[in-house]
Amino acid sequence: MSSIVTETAGLAGTRTGARRSSLWRDTFAKLKKNKVAMCGLVFLVIMFLFCFIGPFFSPYASGKVNTVMINKPPSMAHWLGTDNLGRDILTRLMQAGRISLTVGLAAMLLSVFIGSVLGVVAGYYRGVVDQIVMRFADILMTIPGLPLLFIIGAILSEWKVPTDYRIYIVMLMLSLIGWPELARLVRSQILSLREREFMQATESLGLRDHRKLFFHLLPNTIPILIVVATLRVGGAILSESVLSYLGLGVVPPTPTWGNMIDAANTLIDFQKRPWLWIPPGFAIFATVISINLLGDGLRDALDPKMKR
Amino acid sequence: MKAYIIRRLLYMVLTLFGASVLIFGLYALTPGDFVDNNPKLTDERKAELKQMYGLDKPVVERYFVWLGNAVRGDFGYSLQYQQPVTSLLSQYIWNSFLIASASTLFTWLIAIVIGVISATRQYSFFDSAVTIGAFAAMSFPSFFAGLLIIKFFAVDLGWFPPGGMITTGSNATGLAYVWEVIDHMFLPVLVLTMLGVGSLTRYFRTNMLEIIRQDFIRTARAKGLKEKTVVYKHALRNALLPAITLLGFELPALFGGAIITEKIFNWPGVGQLYMQAFSLRDYPLLMGFTMFLAILTVVSNLLADLLYGVADPRVRLK
Repeated sequence: MSSIVTETAGLAGTRTGARRSSLWRDTFAKLKKNKVAMCGLVFLVIMFLFCFIGPFFSPYASGKVNTVMINKPPSMAHWLGTDNLGRDILTRLMQAGRISLTVGLAAMLLSVFIGSVLGVVAGYYRGVVDQIVMRFADILMTIPGLPLLFIIGAILSEWKVPTDYRIYIVMLMLSLIGWPELARLVRSQILSLREREFMQATESLGLRDHRKLFFHLLPNTIPILIVVATLRVGGAILSESVLSYLGLGVVPPTPTWGNMIDAANTLIDFQKRPWLWIPPGFAIFATVISINLLGDGLRDALDPKMKR
Repeated sequence: MKAYIIRRLLYMVLTLFGASVLIFGLYALTPGDFVDNNPKLTDERKAELKQMYGLDKPVVERYFVWLGNAVRGDFGYSLQYQQPVTSLLSQYIWNSFLIASASTLFTWLIAIVIGVISATRQYSFFDSAVTIGAFAAMSFPSFFAGLLIIKFFAVDLGWFPPGGMITTGSNATGLAYVWEVIDHMFLPVLVLTMLGVGSLTRYFRTNMLEIIRQDFIRTARAKGLKEKTVVYKHALRNALLPAITLLGFELPALFGGAIITEKIFNWPGVGQLYMQAFSLRDYPLLMGFTMFLAILTVVSNLLADLLYGVADPRVRLK
């Protein structure tokens, strides 16, 4: 369903090459007027600070097992209570947030990188290259994302990949299933951009292909890429949490918001100790909704067709 | 049009072939199988079973055997259930369809009503609330939404059963049975509707906003038609038309099973079946189901494109 929204965004917003220097100022000025999007942005900044700087202020950052303080409900010493090893939930929440946010960002960067490079190459050269890239993308897109992620996750569990590496592999997995849609979006933009006058200019200047592709064509897709990439971070965080919740993504001892919710799989923890699994769930929710609101605001600001 | 469909069908077959290579390749990469993972078997028995299931042959040969059977509609035997994969799927699929169709119905009804109202009152309090609510619905991780709802409505309040399709040990028949299933359906349908309604509401809102700005709406108002007639007869009809394309995309959601939601609610649908097959490494079932999903996706894409041509005759399918 969300792809429809992004596609309508994809149709517009390419007429920016000429006044590039003021595009960012314009965008930010428009974004500032959008209170909801600004709330999202501010909240995201707070969330990042909370996760990346927060642990330095916590007395429990070492994550030592404390047998006296097992499964205690929230109190003054432990604001969100403690888990089954006596670790402070609030501190774990910050440390897990570091991983979840990093995985989300890295997966997005990687899939944007792969998707835009392949998309620009396919759209510019067309012919055989286009066919190979896009057919491969089509095949990947026929299998719904979640089952595909499960399969790869299960294979990794069977191969006994060391837990330290799992986080990198989850990033790779998420970008592997994320790039086809981006490649398609970039390609469709390039197909129309390559027919424009400025490309004739690059032709008559005798520029090399890589300059045409990466200095003249790709920059024109940046406004759309920014919108899609922002929303992608949210999607990647959601997918990571599902995978880790099911034990197919990042696995303990590395904490993520997803595998913290794994506590809910134990009946007694689920029923009697909600402080174990409700905070990470709301952390995911709050982060993703902020990302979505910001992305929507960015779309409005970068998309000249949606004048309000 | 005929040529277009034929070309699309051919292309579909090619895509599915690619998908089958990918699916089989992925499972072939996985070390360990149903037989290896069973510690109760002796080595001789394992070898015997492997020969029986054809697991001792090279990968390429196994692939073509599997593909050959799959083309004839035979996805092999589920190792766990000792039943043909296709008959297993057809047993469980209707349970999935039951909650999926109910939630699709509610999702569309709610999305249309709310989308239209919030578009006609753009920037009102109601509209902002709907926008935030829609984003909230889109931002919930599905499993967490399910867990929260079970915790709140089933565990704390005890209004609904926490999972399953019928009460354990119940042998209700007739109307009592129907009522029992509805009682169990309520929460999963609630979660599925909640998860889906956000993006669809936004879709209808955006569509309505675009249409309300068009000239024929101004004409309708200038003619002195009632606002209700303008909105519900002239505008809504035009906003609904492009949405039938989306109906095509609903196909995988209707029959593919909601994997996470079914698992959380212990609902006996194909999604649950799939998750179970995962933990037991029941490869024929897993491959068959994944292939089934791929087929659904490809067919629904074609359906959506064809419906698009129906909705908008200006679109020429070539």
